[in-house]
Amino acid sequence: MSLLAVNLLDGLVTGLLLFMLCSGLTLIFSMMGVLNFAHASFYMLGAYFAYQISTYVGFWPGLIIAPLAVGLAGAAIERYGLRRVHQYGHVPELIFTFGLALLIEELVQFFWGKSHMAYYEPEILNFTAFSIAGNSFPAYKVFMIFVAIGIFLVLLYILTRTRIGLIIQAALSYPNTVQNLGHNVPLVFMGVFGVGTAMAGLAGVIAGPVLGTFPGMAVLLGSIVFVTIVIGGLGSLWGALIASLLIGWMQTFAASYNVTMTDILLAIGIDKPVDLSDNPLRDLWTLTLPQIGPILPYLLMVLVLVIRPRGLLGKRET
Amino acid sequence: MKKLTGLLLGVAIAGLTATSSFAADTIKIAFIDPLSGPFASTGKQGLSQYKFAADELVNKKGGVLGKEFEIVAFDNKISPKESLIQLQVAIDQGIRFIAQGNSSGVANALTDAIKKHNKRNPDNRVLFLNYSAVDPALTNDKCNFWHFRFDANADIKMDALTDIIAANEDVKKVYLIGQDYSFGKAVAAAAVKMLGEKRPDIEIVGNELHPIGKVKDFTPYARKIMSSGADAMITGNWGADMVGLGKSVIAAGYENPIYTYYAAADGITKTLGEDGKGKVKLVGEGQLNPPPNDRADAYAKAFKAKYPDTDIGQPRIANVIEMLAKAIDQAGSDTDMVAIGKALEGMEHESLWGTTVYMRPQDHQAIQNVHILSHTNDGVAHDYDNSGYGLLVESTVEMASADAPTTCKMDRPE
Repeated sequence: MSLLAVNLLDGLVTGLLLFMLCSGLTLIFSMMGVLNFAHASFYMLGAYFAYQISTYVGFWPGLIIAPLAVGLAGAAIERYGLRRVHQYGHVPELIFTFGLALLIEELVQFFWGKSHMAYYEPEILNFTAFSIAGNSFPAYKVFMIFVAIGIFLVLLYILTRTRIGLIIQAALSYPNTVQNLGHNVPLVFMGVFGVGTAMAGLAGVIAGPVLGTFPGMAVLLGSIVFVTIVIGGLGSLWGALIASLLIGWMQTFAASYNVTMTDILLAIGIDKPVDLSDNPLRDLWTLTLPQIGPILPYLLMVLVLVIRPRGLLGKRET
Repeated sequence: MKKLTGLLLGVAIAGLTATSSFAADTIKIAFIDPLSGPFASTGKQGLSQYKFAADELVNKKGGVLGKEFEIVAFDNKISPKESLIQLQVAIDQGIRFIAQGNSSGVANALTDAIKKHNKRNPDNRVLFLNYSAVDPALTNDKCNFWHFRFDANADIKMDALTDIIAANEDVKKVYLIGQDYSFGKAVAAAAVKMLGEKRPDIEIVGNELHPIGKVKDFTPYARKIMSSGADAMITGNWGADMVGLGKSVIAAGYENPIYTYYAAADGITKTLGEDGKGKVKLVGEGQLNPPPNDRADAYAKAFKAKYPDTDIGQPRIANVIEMLAKAIDQAGSDTDMVAIGKALEGMEHESLWGTTVYMRPQDHQAIQNVHILSHTNDGVAHDYDNSGYGLLVESTVEMASADAPTTCKMDRPE
């Protein structure tokens, strides 16, 4: 029971982290039709920038400066890169972001090398907030939860209560009409891209000390963010939140409970073969939940695409 | 001034021609390991050590048979398929010595491919210098004459490790966790078997494998380890998986020893830092702290001077280079792989690191001293990651598993 509570909290942290990545991506994707392969690379950039800043002035200034720097870089890339490629259609855009992801990974390795960076949580948060049955829950994770929820509330406010949000919402569904009404849609695009990448950067800043800051960190998260926005529904902030939490919990619980395929197969009334050693289904019988955990989100995506192609809360068929 | 310039120019030209004449006739060693992707840091570290060892231990002493060693790097992206392509490229370039270490999955693919290649191309055989892949099968069921392993294999390391654990009466519950591939499985199987023999009262409270290089967050695993009440945990994890696991477990409140195979260097030591002190232990060959002798001390210092951002994370690489040079010298040829192989097997080499390395002829497994090393900042002369933290020898098993049985039935070429 106590393990359940701890897992709920851990899953919440994972899910909220994922949400910070996905919220930007889902807006960019639905608005510009750009599948931004480089999104997770901005997350990595955020972590590295923050690490570099932390070596000079500590963690806290990095929390502000690094996402801003990443956002500016993102906006500049949209303005001078993506926008130019945009006129040639979606495929060149796709290739552009794909190339960008590789470029950023190489740049990071060029400047910082291939090793892990010693990027730590700030001293002031380096204590155990509380323990549940011997499992300590670090204060830093509590901080992560609050940052992510704060970001969500701010984004929700901007999108639903402000004029900018109104235009963004409109541009999500009817980009051409919004343009015809005289709004500067390219500027909106640049802004959304900048803010989206800044969010990814912020996710990197706060995840770097926990999940490690190394050149492979973008690849690890790269595919799962796409899965999340597809499940959540394109352009839906709530959808992104729900899907992120779902995947966060799914992965945490899958890794935590050693349910084996044998248990499941026996439970549904299939007899275990006596000699498994040369049974063709040997691998199936010996599978455990932690082993199949990483593919569960992809299975869920397939299910969602079959049953509800627009995603859980998506408004537009794609 | 003019005279000086002229002289310099002359020297420069002489130097150029000298190196180019050398370059045309070097003994090339293909280094096939990950130089990009999640495990790139481990590959890069190994490459630096090979280059340094070749220069320092062979080339500066005039080379072997009048030739210098040259390390040629190939990026295999840790994929067995990619490795086979790179192996072919290396062979096509006329390279006859293949060094690989990261991932036993890759080593298994390479040893098969090299065995086949040597059977089909008796005039163009190659030798496999395995410096890190520790799957016991490579020197047991899958052994062949062309494969030589310079690291202690997983069983030898586990034998040494379980000796230490068995001697500690406080340990009652052990948790095993590893990456889901041949090496991770070998570690778990050996731990279960040897702990069962040495301390049947120890309970294995967890034995699990996680996807290799795919886990974003180890927190759920750390929770399981905590709730199992383990007194010690054993993991064969390396690279990002080791950092992730170590950090998560310590953050979850774990206070007991974490016995590892590869929790050092490549940023791991620095990242674990103070948190890991006294908890993270490592079983392995190679003694840097305290330095076993002046020569090792000087070697490590010179390495640091040349590669300030890397470490001697795999000391055995110096043995690979020295033993290969010796074997080529004894064989009197750098192309007759049968003669070189026969010179290597049974060789007893006084290693830089203060141990004898005996290349056991029946399975081509190097037998050497194996240490339990502790992650600490006390008494560390040669640290890792310039962090002040390093590995200090805690206990030593002399010539570990020298008489361990092997299932290897080696076909020797005539």
